[in-house]
Amino acid sequence: MYKVKVYVTLRENVLDPQGTAVKGALHSLSYHEVQDVRIGKFMELVIEKNDRDVEELVREMCEKLLANTVIEDYRYDIEEVVVQ
Amino acid sequence: MSLLLEPSPTTIKEEKLYREMGLTDEEFAMVERILGRLPNYTETGIFSVMWSEHCSYKNSKPVLKKFPTDGKQVLQGPGEGAGIVDIGDGLAVAFKIESHNHPSAIEPYQGAATGVGGIIRDVFSMGARPIALLNSLRFGELTSPRVKYLFEHVVAGIAGYGNCVGIPTVGGEVQFDAAYEGNPLVNAMCVGLIRHEDIQRGVASGVGNTVMYVGAKTGRDGIHGATFASEELTEASEAKRPAVQVGDPFMEKLLLEACLEVVQSDALVGIQDMGAAGLTSSSAEMASKAGVGIEMNLDLVPQREAGMTPYEMMLSESQERMLLVVKKGREQEIIDLFAKYGLEAKAIGQVTDDKMLRLYFHGEVVAEIPVDALAKDAPVYHKPSAEPAYYREFQQIDYVPHVENYEETLLALLAQPTIASKEWVYDQYDYMVRTNTVVAPGSDAAVVRIRGTKKALAMTTDCNSRYVYLDPETGGKITVAEAARNVVCSGAKPLAITDCLNFGSPEKPEIFWQLEKAVDGMSAACRALSAPVISGNVSLYNETNGEAIYPTPIVGMVGLVEDLDHITTQAFKQAGDIIYVIGEAKPEFGGSELQKWLEGRIFGKAPSIDLEVEAERQEALLAAIQAGLVASAHDVAEGGLSVALAECVIAAAGLGAKVTVSGDIVAELFSETQSRFIVSIKKEHQAVFEQLIEAKPIGEVTADGTLRIENEHGEAIVNLSVEQMRSVWKGAIPCLLKSKA
Amino acid sequence: MKFAVIVFPGSNCDVDMYHAIKDELGEEVEYVWHTADTLDEFDAILLPGGFSYGDYLRSGAIARFSNVMKAIQKAAEEGKPILGVCNGFQILLEAALLPGAMRRNNSLKFICRPVTLRVENNETMFTSLYEPGEVITIPIAHGEGNYYCDEETLTKLIENRQIIFRYHDENPNGSLENIAGIMNENGNVLGMMPHPERAVDALLGSADGLKLFQSIVKYWRVKHVVTS
Repeated sequence: MYKVKVYVTLRENVLDPQGTAVKGALHSLSYHEVQDVRIGKFMELVIEKNDRDVEELVREMCEKLLANTVIEDYRYDIEEVVVQ
Repeated sequence: MSLLLEPSPTTIKEEKLYREMGLTDEEFAMVERILGRLPNYTETGIFSVMWSEHCSYKNSKPVLKKFPTDGKQVLQGPGEGAGIVDIGDGLAVAFKIESHNHPSAIEPYQGAATGVGGIIRDVFSMGARPIALLNSLRFGELTSPRVKYLFEHVVAGIAGYGNCVGIPTVGGEVQFDAAYEGNPLVNAMCVGLIRHEDIQRGVASGVGNTVMYVGAKTGRDGIHGATFASEELTEASEAKRPAVQVGDPFMEKLLLEACLEVVQSDALVGIQDMGAAGLTSSSAEMASKAGVGIEMNLDLVPQREAGMTPYEMMLSESQERMLLVVKKGREQEIIDLFAKYGLEAKAIGQVTDDKMLRLYFHGEVVAEIPVDALAKDAPVYHKPSAEPAYYREFQQIDYVPHVENYEETLLALLAQPTIASKEWVYDQYDYMVRTNTVVAPGSDAAVVRIRGTKKALAMTTDCNSRYVYLDPETGGKITVAEAARNVVCSGAKPLAITDCLNFGSPEKPEIFWQLEKAVDGMSAACRALSAPVISGNVSLYNETNGEAIYPTPIVGMVGLVEDLDHITTQAFKQAGDIIYVIGEAKPEFGGSELQKWLEGRIFGKAPSIDLEVEAERQEALLAAIQAGLVASAHDVAEGGLSVALAECVIAAAGLGAKVTVSGDIVAELFSETQSRFIVSIKKEHQAVFEQLIEAKPIGEVTADGTLRIENEHGEAIVNLSVEQMRSVWKGAIPCLLKSKA
Repeated sequence: MKFAVIVFPGSNCDVDMYHAIKDELGEEVEYVWHTADTLDEFDAILLPGGFSYGDYLRSGAIARFSNVMKAIQKAAEEGKPILGVCNGFQILLEAALLPGAMRRNNSLKFICRPVTLRVENNETMFTSLYEPGEVITIPIAHGEGNYYCDEETLTKLIENRQIIFRYHDENPNGSLENIAGIMNENGNVLGMMPHPERAVDALLGSADGLKLFQSIVKYWRVKHVVTS
C-alpha cells in the first residue's frame, strides 16, 4: 500500500488572485515580511500495490486529471505504508 | 464499543443529564410516564430534539394559531414541507421561508449554504420544481471586521449553493443594525412550481410498505452540542464534537432531479426531507401524520464515518438526505431510478401498524417510542407575556427631527447601508439561470415568468424590524402591508405569505409579548389584504449576552401577475410622464432612517397604518396597472419620498425628475408614513388615471439627469445630478467593506 | 436542423439552451445524457453551463472524461458546429478541444450581470449575422472565467483570428486580452463565458444572443444546399 501526497499549485507565471488576497490580509495583520503567497491544493491518495511502477502511475494521474498543466504545476511524495 | 460509554437510564435521570440536551425536569417526567420506564440515552436524545422549539413549536404554537391560513387559493396550509397556492391552469406555487441563524453565526459560509439547501429540499419534497430563491439577512453595523466577515461569507455561501444547484436567487433584503451584532439572521426562501396532480405529502401510509433512505451518507454533522461531556470520557467526547454541517450542492442537484422524477412514479407513497433532527423527525412526522408506526434497522443506514451510535445516527443533521416510503415490492424501481443519477437508495425499514418508532441496531431494539408523543402530542406551553417598559415610554415620545440641508441629508440617507444599492450582494447570485427572471433584484419585487403561460410570479421578502421593535403590533401590520405593496407595484395580486419569526427568548415575558403582538398585527394585515399564511418557521432565542435582537418577523410574499404586460418596475420610463404620489405625508419619524442617521438610535412611535386604507389603495393601484395606465410604480419606504424619488431616477437610464413639495418639507421629504406610492404615467392617461385613483400630481419626469425638488415658491431645495446620487448609492456598501475598522 | 444539448450531472443551463433553440430559434433540439455513445444524428452540439460534477477539482475537469466526450471529439473532427458556453467552455478547454485554461475571477467572486462584448471576427459560422465590431449585450454568470494561455498560444489565436468575442466596456474577470470567447483553428468549435442563450428574448433584457444561433443555422443551410 502507498500513501501518496499530491500538491498542485498554480504555475509560477500564472497570477494567483487567492494568494494575492491572502498576502494582502497578512500584510494588514502587520506580517510585512511575507513576500509572496501561493495557494494550491493538497490531495492524499491511498494506492494499492500492483505491477505498475507507482511513480509512473501517480505522474499519469496528475497529468491526466489531478492538475491542469496549462496553468498548474504538481509534485508528490510517495510513502510506502504497511497495512495493519 | 462506544454504546457502552453512553450513560445508563438511571444515570441520565439521577445526574439530570437530560438537562444538557434541553429537556426540563417536567419534560423528562413526561417522557418517563409516556414510556412507562426510564428512557435510554438514544431515546432521551430523540425526545429532546423532537420537543425542541425548532421541531415542536412548543412555545409558539398557541401564537401561531392566530394566523389566518384559509383562502380559496390555498391548496396546502402550514404543516408540510411547504405551503401551496393555486394559480390557475392546473398549476400551483409552493413556497416557504426558513431560518439558519445559529449555524450561520458559527460558520457563515456553510451555515448559509446549508440553509439554502434545506429550504430547496422542503420545496421539492412537495413535488414542486424550485424556480426561485430569496433571502432575508440581518447583520450588525458594517463597521466591525467580524460583521464584514459574516456578511461576506454568508453572501458567498448563499451564492455558492444556489448558483451550483441552478436555481436563480432573484431577490431579498439585507439590513444592518447593532441589534444583530452577535446574532445575524439568515432566512432563506424557496419558491417552486407544481401541477396540482403532482402534489406530494410527507406521509408514511400503508402498513408493510418500505422505508427508503436516499442521498448523502450520514455523518456526525450538527449533532446537537449538548452531548454528555463527563471528564473520564474526554477522548470519546472529542470524537463526538459536533461537526459543522457542510453542504454539497452537487449532491442536492442530483437529488432534486431524481426526486422530481420519483414523484411521477406510483410506487412512491410519501417523501420528506431529513432536515432538523434528520432521521428522527422525518420518520416520526411521516408516521404520526399517517397514524402508523415505523421501524428501522440502523445497521442499514448508509454511514460516512465508522462506529456511529444509534444516538448519533438519529440526531445527525447531515445534509442532502431524503426519506421515502415506497410500496412494498417496488423497491428495485426506486433503486434503479436513483442509480441513474449516481445516488444510492436503500431500504432501511418498514411501516408498521402499532404507531411506534422502533429502532434496531446490532440485532437489538435500541429505541421504542410512540410516534405521536414525538410529533403531534409534543408539549405546548402558554408563556406569560408582559408589556415592556420601553414600549410605554416610547408611546409618550413625539419626535421631531431637525434638518438643515436637504441635499446633504438625502445623499447621507442614500449611503445608509440599509438603503444603499445591494448590487455588491446580488451580483454574486446567479439570478438569471432558468431564463425566466423578468425583473431582476433591485426593484420592488422580483418577477419570474411561467413558461408556456402569460403569467408570472412576483416575490419579495420584507420586514422593517425597527418598527416592530417600537410597536410590535403596528410593525407586524406594516411588515405584511409592505410586502404586499412591493408585489402590487410589480403588477401582481398578493396570493399568500410565508413567515419566519425571529425573536429573542420566549422565556422573557417582554419578548413573548413582542411575539404575540407582532403576530396579531401580521394576522390583521393578512386578513385585510387577503394573503393567508401558508407556511413558516420560528426562530427563538436569538440573543447574545442576554440582549435580544429586534423582533424580526420576516415575511415572504408571492403574488400572481395575470399577464406579462402588467409587469411594472420602479424606474421612470420617459421624459414628460407625470409623477403622482398616492397618500399624504404625516410627520412620522419614529424608527425612520432619518432618525437613525441623526440620532444614532431609534425611539418613539412607529408610523401608524390603517389597513382599510392600505387595502383600498393597493386595489386601486393594481387596477390602474392592469388597465395599462401606469408606467412605473414604487412604494415610499425607508427614507421617505425623497429617497423613493431618487430610486426611481437612479433605476432609469438618463432621466431625471422635477417635483414640487409644500407644507412641512421635512415630513414631505423624509417621513416614513405608510401606504404611499410614487407612480408615473403618460400624459394621455392622466384623465382616466385620476378618475380611478386618488393621487396628487407632484411633477414630471425630465430628460436632464437631475433630481430637482422645489418648494411652493419654486425654489430648489434639492438639485442633485442622478449620476452623483447613483455613485453614492452604489458605492456605499463596497466602500464600507473596504474601509478598515 | 437538429441540435443536441449535452447534459452532464450538474449541468444547469441545459434547460435555457433547450428553450432558446426550440422556442426562440425554432429548430429541433434534444437533450443528450453524458453517457451517450454517438451524436451522429445531430447537426450541431451545445455544451451548456452549470457546475458539472459540482466543479469539484477544477471546472470541467471531471466532465471531460464522460463517455459522450468521445462522440464530441468525433463531431469536432467532422467539422460540425460545437458551442460550449460557460461550464461548457471550461469542459472544452479541459478536453483540449480549445487551447488555454480558466482561472478564478480576479475578484474571487462569482459575478452575474449583463456585460457588453465586441464581435472581433464575424467571418465564422457562429457570428456571420453580426456586423464587424458590433457591440452586443450578453449576460455572464461565472466564478472562473479568467481566461489564460501562454504567449505562443496567444500569438496564434490572434494571427488566426480565433478570438471571437472580447469584453468591451469592462473586463469583469481579468481574462487575458479581454478574451470572452475563442474558436479552434478549424473554426467549428467555439467556447465563450457569456451566455448567448440567456439573451434571446427582449423581455429578459436582451436578444443579442439570438444572432449567434441564427448564424449557425444559416451556415448549416448553406452547406446543406451546396452539398446535397
